[in-house]
Amino acid sequence: MMTSAAGQRPSSNAGGRPRISRDTLTGWLFSAPAVILISAFIVLPFLLAFYFSLTNERLISPRPTEWVGLRNYERILFEDPRFWKALSNNVIFSLVVVPLQTGFALLLAILVNQKLKGMVVFRTIFFVPITVVMAAVAVIWIVLLNPQGLINALMSILTFGQFQPDWLADPAWALVAIMITSIWASVGFQMIILLAALQDVPETLYEAARLDGANNWQQFLHVTLPGIRNPLLFVLTITTILSFRLFDQVWIMPDRPGGPLDATRTLMVDIVDTGLNRGAVGLGSALSVIFLVIVLVVTLIQRRLIKQEGDV
Amino acid sequence: MSAENTITSAPTTRSQAVALDEANAAIRRLRRRRQVVAYGVLIALAALFLFPIAFMIVGSFKADTSVIADSGSLRAFLPAPFVGLDNYTSAIERANFWISFRNSVIISGSIVIGGLIVNSLFGYALARMPFRGRTVLMVIVLALIIVPFETLAVPLLLIMAELRWTDTLHAQILPFLAQPLYIFLFYSFFLGIPKELEEAARIDGAGPATIFLRIAAPLAKPAYAAAGILMFLYSWGQYLWPLMVTRGIDARPLPLGVAEFLGQPPRHWGDIMAYATLMVIPLLVVFIIFQRQFVKGVATTGLKG
Repeated sequence: MMTSAAGQRPSSNAGGRPRISRDTLTGWLFSAPAVILISAFIVLPFLLAFYFSLTNERLISPRPTEWVGLRNYERILFEDPRFWKALSNNVIFSLVVVPLQTGFALLLAILVNQKLKGMVVFRTIFFVPITVVMAAVAVIWIVLLNPQGLINALMSILTFGQFQPDWLADPAWALVAIMITSIWASVGFQMIILLAALQDVPETLYEAARLDGANNWQQFLHVTLPGIRNPLLFVLTITTILSFRLFDQVWIMPDRPGGPLDATRTLMVDIVDTGLNRGAVGLGSALSVIFLVIVLVVTLIQRRLIKQEGDV
Repeated sequence: MSAENTITSAPTTRSQAVALDEANAAIRRLRRRRQVVAYGVLIALAALFLFPIAFMIVGSFKADTSVIADSGSLRAFLPAPFVGLDNYTSAIERANFWISFRNSVIISGSIVIGGLIVNSLFGYALARMPFRGRTVLMVIVLALIIVPFETLAVPLLLIMAELRWTDTLHAQILPFLAQPLYIFLFYSFFLGIPKELEEAARIDGAGPATIFLRIAAPLAKPAYAAAGILMFLYSWGQYLWPLMVTRGIDARPLPLGVAEFLGQPPRHWGDIMAYATLMVIPLLVVFIIFQRQFVKGVATTGLKG
């Protein structure tokens, strides 16, 4: 394109300029719709989140907005036990679900990666829950987890009738109930990513390991795991971030959102409760900024770990 | 394939040959036993993944009270007492199903169609057009991929309230059209397509719009399929944002309808299961038709909690 312009008008050295501006014009024309939408609905609210977090902005307010400095952050971090309850629920949820779900996904991926007939069918079945709308998942599991439901029927067989909690009404077990539901609903997603990774590990590495006398477990430890290191880190990161976004299930499943006794209250419930129900946009924005910082930290840790491997 | 590990070296005597046959038979038996175990585990797991869905569908044909009463036994999977489509008609009526369904179709349809156009145009410009300001835009797009929508929800709600856009469909469409993740997806895909065809067309005098529509976009069909399916999956199930930005039934999409049933006891579980089934069917159909693109799309990005 540039060469043809130069060929037709060799005299205009600085004359590349009108040509460039036409490129710039079409470039911006193609970009304009997305750039406008991103500015209005991502960049603007993003900047407003920081600004509002330093004010006492309200959703519907007769009074003028006031600058309050870091007061919102102080209130959240030092005076609001419910924030810490929500954050600790998110952390507990992550600490349990991330390793459990990733491990389960890896097991499923290894199972459907066997060279046997019909593996595509099983892969599809394990993936189906991904297509079930979360609101539907929630209502199905409310019934499954009711005191007389299938889960407790199973528990009764496993524990000889010793253990049959009222999952969603018992503060000790409500978060566990949410964990079970969430793993069922989304493990297929991690499985698919890990399956793609497993298929990228060269077969020759396994053959070499078998020649060296490695058994299945040793092959898994020394060939499979190092071979899928980066996809595995990606899955761990994204599952961690998703677990901090936990909302639909804890809003729908307990009798009251985040209940009983805040046992399933999460950061997102806190944000919606504060920003929408109480109309405290300033405070809700401060919570949103804290939420963003957590997501950024998780992402940066993952980037760091992946880079380290590149350096070695 | 199955013969790769059997012993095949030439037998020297008759007795050796018999011993070899026996050894090979033993290996085959072992392999078969391992296969049986593998299939057993897979089938058990498949049951684990499918039973909640079966439970929902069967429940949608049962009498309200039996859904809970039978929920602890295998009778949960028998559609008895069978009530035909009663649950469906009553669920459709109670939750104003058709209004929500229409809203969901408009919202998801607009997000998919509009999103594909807007994001692919921008991704193409970033990949192919040497325009001024491109680098800055690229950096911004990459940085914004990390920002979760949840961070923007509260300030965005205030914007919608100020614009008096609450309880509208466009408040649920416009924020989800341009998305950095899909822009990046299209950008990388267009980068991977060889430039020669586009350059040939340019020499023949085609303008950028023609080149994009006639040459680049058709080559990027897989990217459109993956992105479109993901947009549909994500928008059809959205709960958080509609909860924040809608109040009444007028602009409410399907997932919010479940609240209609859960609010006041007694809960009509047959109706609820019917409503859930109706809500799930469109995605399930899309999944069955576009299975491969669906799986590939999810593998390349990261969605759903």
